[in-house]
Amino acid sequence: MPLLRKERSALPGLNLSLGFTLFYLGLIVLVPLSAAFLKTSGMTWNDFISAVTSQRVLASYRITFLASFAAASVNCVFGLLTAWVLVRYTFPGRRLVDALVDLPFALPTAVAGIALTAIYAKNGWVGQFVDPDGAHRLLPHGIKIAFSEIGIFVALTFIGLPFVVRTVQPVLEELEPELEEASASLGANRWQTITRVILPQLFPALLTGFALSFARALGEYGSVVFISGNMPMKTEITPLLIITQLEQYQYAHATAIAVVMLIASFTLLLLINLLQKWSRRYHRV
Amino acid sequence: MASATASLSTHRERGTGHARRATQDAPWVKWTLLTIALLFVGFFLVMPLAAVFTEAFRRGAGAYFAAFSDADALAAIKLTLITAAIAVPANLVFGVAASWAIAKFNFRGKSLLITLIDLPFAVSPVISGLIYVLVFGAQGWYGQYLNADEPWFPWLQQWLIEQDFRIIFAVPGIVLATIFVTFPFVARELIPLMQSQGTDEEMAAITLGASGWQTFWRVTLPNIKWGLFYGVILCNARAMGEFGAVSVVSGHIRGETNTMPLHVEILYNEYNFVAAFAVASLLALLALVTLALKSLVEWRHTQSLRSENSES
Repeated sequence: MPLLRKERSALPGLNLSLGFTLFYLGLIVLVPLSAAFLKTSGMTWNDFISAVTSQRVLASYRITFLASFAAASVNCVFGLLTAWVLVRYTFPGRRLVDALVDLPFALPTAVAGIALTAIYAKNGWVGQFVDPDGAHRLLPHGIKIAFSEIGIFVALTFIGLPFVVRTVQPVLEELEPELEEASASLGANRWQTITRVILPQLFPALLTGFALSFARALGEYGSVVFISGNMPMKTEITPLLIITQLEQYQYAHATAIAVVMLIASFTLLLLINLLQKWSRRYHRV
Repeated sequence: MASATASLSTHRERGTGHARRATQDAPWVKWTLLTIALLFVGFFLVMPLAAVFTEAFRRGAGAYFAAFSDADALAAIKLTLITAAIAVPANLVFGVAASWAIAKFNFRGKSLLITLIDLPFAVSPVISGLIYVLVFGAQGWYGQYLNADEPWFPWLQQWLIEQDFRIIFAVPGIVLATIFVTFPFVARELIPLMQSQGTDEEMAAITLGASGWQTFWRVTLPNIKWGLFYGVILCNARAMGEFGAVSVVSGHIRGETNTMPLHVEILYNEYNFVAAFAVASLLALLALVTLALKSLVEWRHTQSLRSENSES
């Protein structure tokens, strides 16, 4: 394997640790992942294309992509705001809020899914005020959140929030106050300092957070299936469609859709790696 | 950055007497932002958490605890514990081995290896389950092996058939899928930590005559124990809470292949909401304990950094 050319070192254990790492990585990750690609290579090109571009599949890409994009965008705004508040202000309970931001990482997705459904369904804490069938409807016609596209968006926003906060927060903490002081002493008002001095420095981190949140939302399943209603062509996300195909023993179809999603995820992963390299270089200057 | 500041030419009359520094926000800005952020956090984070416990206790404590006397619920809890008890140590050993190789040695292809280790995080949970169905399912490689007329290792095929050893729709598949989704957790905590610590202390130990294992147990491990703990609690939370991947490989056999999240789903779909939220509340408690431990480790970390800074 010419890929891994070793250099001499006085420390022992390279062969053992690297050997075990590669063996375990291959066994758990690489071989099973390659199975997906091998399975689709057994399909003809036309079968593959028709499997991944049928009306129902295209509709699922559309709702998955749009809801993920909307959720990641909203998370950019509120994630930046939350990070700003956590870094710049002191207030009682700051530590608690800081710890709570990671809740979507720690809370099992199925639990988040049923909790959000309970809140936004017609009898829920929020649903009773907004749902068309809610008992205390405030708007004349109401807005359906649970069992609609908006429900998917709400679940994906919940799932993606920590990604933006946790990528922006450390950058915000390390911003040099001198730059802001210089900007202020040169006559900029606070708004100008924020938009022209602070935000440009946060931009790479914000973009990384957006991409991470978006990538996670594309593949999300547990928190969405309960709240989305799962209507084909309307609120059926792509991961759910894969499961539906599997349950009908359409292994080839399920795998073909999975391969499309894998390619999308890996492209995003590559993009995120490049973004992180960019933001690191940006901050060393 | 210089061009950005130079272009700001608006000069304003300042210094009107109050002591706010130019790099601070006006009080009304501060309170507005704070209110919006707290409302957002309250709406999106606190409310779902509160909903879990409210729904679980909707019919009182009696109904809540009755949900745990159900044999299927207990079986689900047991399976979840077993799964985590296998998946977490497996990924712990891997994480230590991978970070030792990556942080202590130089070899080509290292950044590719780090990217590959992170790969499972980029894969949708559903697809994580699917790939194991493709390898180990009845239609997959494992199924083909069991049905092969002239297999490699005929005794193994014989034994597997006699034992009726299933992987998919059985416990081994659940464990494998869980290992896959929690694969990077320990490694990604340890790699940057061990890289930042360098190799000086280990070199000193080896020079003084310690063996490799002695060096690892007495020098490296004490240095990384908090990072290790951090990775393990995150890995454990995900292992116990994983839903999508496990859902694909489990087969949903009540009392046999249902983990806690899957049991929550079954109860919920049967409109048994109190029981569903009761089991969910245990998982929510697990999440809260995880967050508390995580904050504790982070707090210790900043404390030790601070004391190091004041010493030097």
